Amino acid sequence: MVLTAGATLAVILFMTLTLMAVILGNSLGYFWVKGLVRFKLNDGSYVMGQLTAAESHALTKAKRLQLKVGNRDLYSQDFRWVDESEISSKDIPKDAYLLERFEHGNFFGFLKELKKADGSTVAADAAALQQAHSEIMKKQKGLKQIKGQMSDLNQSSEALRLKIQKLEYRGAEANSAAINSLNEERAKLTATFDGLNEKLNQQQAELGKVTAVFSDAAGADKELPLLEIVRFYQPNSMSIFAKAGAYLVKINELLFDDPRESNTEGGLFPAIFGTVMMVLLMSVFSLPFGVIAAIYLREYAKEGKLVQLVRIAVNNLAGVPSIVYGVFGLGFFVYGIGGSLDKLFFPERLPTPVFGTGGILWSSLTLALLTVPVVIVATEESLASIPKGIREGSLALGATKFQTLTKVLLPMATPGIMTGLVLSMARAVGEVAPLMMVGVVKLAPTLPFDTQFPFFHMDRKFMHLGFHIFDVGFQSPNVEAAKPMVYVTTLLLLLIVIAASSLAIRFRNQMRRRYTTSHF
Amino acid sequence: MSPEPVDLSKHPPLIEVDKLHLYYGASHALKDISLTMRKNQVTAFIGPSGCGKSTLLRCLNRMNDLIDSVRIEGSIRLDKDEITGRSTDVISLRRRVGMVFQQSNPFPKSIYENIVYGLRIAGINDKATLDETVERSLKGAAIWNEVKDRLHDSALGLSGGQAQRICIARAIATNPEVILMDEPCSALDPLSTLKIEELIDELKEQYTIVIVTHNMQQAARVSDSTAFFYLGELIEMGDTKKIFTNPEKQQTEDYITGRFG
Repeated sequence: MVLTAGATLAVILFMTLTLMAVILGNSLGYFWVKGLVRFKLNDGSYVMGQLTAAESHALTKAKRLQLKVGNRDLYSQDFRWVDESEISSKDIPKDAYLLERFEHGNFFGFLKELKKADGSTVAADAAALQQAHSEIMKKQKGLKQIKGQMSDLNQSSEALRLKIQKLEYRGAEANSAAINSLNEERAKLTATFDGLNEKLNQQQAELGKVTAVFSDAAGADKELPLLEIVRFYQPNSMSIFAKAGAYLVKINELLFDDPRESNTEGGLFPAIFGTVMMVLLMSVFSLPFGVIAAIYLREYAKEGKLVQLVRIAVNNLAGVPSIVYGVFGLGFFVYGIGGSLDKLFFPERLPTPVFGTGGILWSSLTLALLTVPVVIVATEESLASIPKGIREGSLALGATKFQTLTKVLLPMATPGIMTGLVLSMARAVGEVAPLMMVGVVKLAPTLPFDTQFPFFHMDRKFMHLGFHIFDVGFQSPNVEAAKPMVYVTTLLLLLIVIAASSLAIRFRNQMRRRYTTSHF
Repeated sequence: MSPEPVDLSKHPPLIEVDKLHLYYGASHALKDISLTMRKNQVTAFIGPSGCGKSTLLRCLNRMNDLIDSVRIEGSIRLDKDEITGRSTDVISLRRRVGMVFQQSNPFPKSIYENIVYGLRIAGINDKATLDETVERSLKGAAIWNEVKDRLHDSALGLSGGQAQRICIARAIATNPEVILMDEPCSALDPLSTLKIEELIDELKEQYTIVIVTHNMQQAARVSDSTAFFYLGELIEMGDTKKIFTNPEKQQTEDYITGRFG
């Protein structure tokens, strides 16, 4: 018996550790700048890239290597297998560049020359490229102000459009004066917007004229506007510290930047933000509901057939497949409540939905529904475990039931309630299937929380790490290149779960220390 | 047990139980109980387990209300006020009738907060009043010297005997007229028991005490009058000295001398 128990534990431990090792190994290495290798093949051509895998043929034992060759715009694929027998020589060129670009993935090659805006060329080295690039990036940042103005104008104009729509809905004839004045105002805004847009485009085009000419391993030239380059390295001549610095920069980008390249590159900030905000919102809904329901069931409801039925229903609710909640959320929250809200408050915008489409509010509510049984069960258990004497002691002093509940029972039950919350959060963070129906998207243009009034935009769709894993890993056009991103996202998701759980567990332990009953 | 005859005029009846019947669902747990408890006296309920003595005690502050299946007939009067029946304000009744339980049950709060709990829920939050009450109650429960330096520590760290005295202090903090004690010493060691018994002797100067006990020596030591219950019936009630030396009923004598029960 002991042996079986031990063996089972060992197996579980082994599986958990393997899972962690696989995720850590595959994700943490991703941001380390790998060196570039150049092979001369037997036919005289060159390939250059980063070694990503090696395998032997099952029968012939011939070895072949997988290279990430990048330059997707030139070769149309990121990866290439090279048989070892084809390779005639190998070297590690010190002056090879690795460019991270805003589009088309990485570029591997050699710098030939720099071109200024006026078309004159400069012989180039790393320092010159660095200087030119940071200059361009600074100017690009300067354009942000214009972009900000444009987005503000856009928002105001949209607000005006909605106002006009509302007035027209109420009666175009009666409100024609107001509508006309609003239209004029809007036209003015649009004109300013267009002016700014033109200015922006002009400046962008100007910046785009500064380019660098690179040649790939085969010798083909490629002229790249510096504007398109995120950052660049010479990985083969980088010191370990430089690589560590680059690693930190990449981690920073991961945590705080927006994704690029259909989510396979860049940061995960919107997804992290969406996940955390959705889970917090979910807790805000499920915690009070669950606790109040449990209090009613345990303290107020008269024990009987009905209460038993409710309890069985609650327990079964926890076992319903999550996709069913998704369908329910879509039907009830999105189309039912959301649709009615639209009819009541935004009739002028129909058929364009405001709340009648997936959004973070509906997602949180759906998940709250999914996790509320966990909170109910945990709260009930912890209320039940409070000794009868405590309850009677409080009542005997002349406390009402409600006072007993709020002053003694609930504080004592808090550790148990927190356990329930931890479990429900852990479950909610991992759910993807229901979210796909009620509001998650692969790329959300705006966060559900920003500086625009009313700050929380409950109707907005959002990004989610769990869905991100699915999307990047299985829906992306370039799955092989996206693979590391899947692991990184998984790691982040796990970290968020662990962070949330440990916070709640710490809080629970503090409460528990304060409320343990003594025995003598 | 006082050696001199007690001047009963100083001890007018305070609680009068009249023809009380109590049912747990179908079972008839208390049968036609009538008895009187006098002011500033200690009344002990004795009897074998299941005889209904604790049930009767819990009728006196309506703790039986917590059990759905309980039904009561008859009447109980506290200082002429009827306390059975629906119209009674249970909350204010419980402020007049404090209770100490078999298992000490301090709340998971500081000693201070435990004592002032009854005041706080009555809406009294004035610091001076609270401080004064804490000192008076803890002194009244003879534990002031032991805990005065750690009033704000958790009450859960106290020993069993100390915790029980904290519970007594908590009960007297609201200045009740009656204190009910449900086997208050059954979980305590002899030394703590002795302390509680001495305390009961002091408390009866100010409060009327009803105590349920399994320990016959204890009943003989602390009480002025004793009621013996058997199978839900009041067999005999009278002066403690008389019950223990010269009981009227054979059953009482058998129980007291240990021939059954």
